[in-house]
Amino acid sequence: MTQMNASVESGPAPTAVPDAVAVERTLAGDRDAYRVLVERHSQNVYRLAYRMAGNSHDAEEIVQEAFLRGYQKLKQFAGQANFGTWVYRIAANYAIDRLRQRKVEDSRRELPSRDKEDGSEMDPLAQVKDSAPSPERLAGSSQLAYRMQQALKELTPAERTAIVMRHWDGCGIEEIASVLKSSTTAAKNTVFRAVQKLRSALEPFAEGRAKAMGVE
Amino acid sequence: MEHPKEEELIAFHDGDRTNRERVQEHLRACAECRVALEKIEAVFAAMDSLPVPDPGENYGQRVWAAISPRLPEKQPHWWESLFAPSRLVAVSAFAAMVVAAFLAGHYWWHPKPDNTHVESADTAKVRERVLVVAVGNHLSKSEMLLIELSNVQPNPASGKLVNISAEQHRAEDLLEENRLYRQTALKEGDQVMASTLDELERTLLDVANSPEEVTPARFDAMQKKLESRGILFKVRVIQQGLRDRSNPAKQQPAPKQQQNISKMPAEPRQSISKIKNTEGNKV
Repeated sequence: MTQMNASVESGPAPTAVPDAVAVERTLAGDRDAYRVLVERHSQNVYRLAYRMAGNSHDAEEIVQEAFLRGYQKLKQFAGQANFGTWVYRIAANYAIDRLRQRKVEDSRRELPSRDKEDGSEMDPLAQVKDSAPSPERLAGSSQLAYRMQQALKELTPAERTAIVMRHWDGCGIEEIASVLKSSTTAAKNTVFRAVQKLRSALEPFAEGRAKAMGVE
Repeated sequence: MEHPKEEELIAFHDGDRTNRERVQEHLRACAECRVALEKIEAVFAAMDSLPVPDPGENYGQRVWAAISPRLPEKQPHWWESLFAPSRLVAVSAFAAMVVAAFLAGHYWWHPKPDNTHVESADTAKVRERVLVVAVGNHLSKSEMLLIELSNVQPNPASGKLVNISAEQHRAEDLLEENRLYRQTALKEGDQVMASTLDELERTLLDVANSPEEVTPARFDAMQKKLESRGILFKVRVIQQGLRDRSNPAKQQPAPKQQQNISKMPAEPRQSISKIKNTEGNKV
């Protein structure tokens, strides 16, 4: 969690008003005080959201929803952690729900096309999605990065959440478990499973990269 | 020598202290496991190579611009709303009225020292009735407003905005009266009355502070809030108590708290009644 806290605190601060004061003022009815919190923590939440969603459009929706929910639940915050950590967790919870929902919707959409082996009745939107790389995909440029993005998409929502929180944001297993609503052992196993899946998917590329980087 | 499991290598990479020394020692001796660890490290290196697009320096401002119209209204302190520019004129006029009423009461109403106890009791009764009627009228008007708001049925499918400007103005008018009655009830220790008027005030504030036109969704949320507070029911209960007291024929022994209003000393009650008279029987 240390890594995440560091990034939370180093984010741009629109004003010198401390988070705790901004929270207090918001709770007292000063809606504009919430603006300080939004402007200060948006970038950090965006990074999480982007890594969870894999594209800017969804990431921005996650960020907005996280801050809206944060505002509605602000009374529950009551100084239990720093605001950055708290809203980060809200975003992670929302993102995982959204991933799960998307997964269900995708699986429903895919069922009819799987019945047709020649693919003649494939969803045209799905075809567009496969053939046209998104700007983010192009921005990634390297084949390895593209492959990694694909591999991340193949993870279950829980695995993706676990690996994003653990690797990029340095969250503790307890924190990951609370977002996944599971035990710490289960959360640990989810992280392992995610790494194993990514390793298998990247095996041919990872070996070459390991040699190129001279990892020992 | 037993090779560490992949999970153990991942945990080792993660800095996990469990079995750390054993794994480290094994890695020194086992080339196969070193390769396995390198593969794991390469996965993490590949993850780090994934770019996150920079949303821009003003991203926070854009997020705020996107969400601020969707934030639900929060309840400001009542005294804060007094200083809203749109209400400053009305509040100033009301304050002047209160001062005038105070001065009028101070100079014009002096109980004569030779009044008998019987006369004082009669005067107190008359004043109490005036107050009961005034508060009753106020609650009756508030009840009408709440009923009207509850009965509107916006059509979410049409997406048409609901215009509540008329209700808003009525709520603003009722607010000023409500504050005076609430403060008097509070001062006199009538907790039931003060608490109900306080809740009514919050509701009136919500209505008064709303935009003139609201989306059906927001209006629905307002209605639900009204319902959840149960304010209409509470207003009716208090009204019934007042009616019972203003009609001696039907008068029942009132609950202890509700009798408080009749215990209010003559001075504040007189002030209120005089204010009402000064206002041209506004209530």
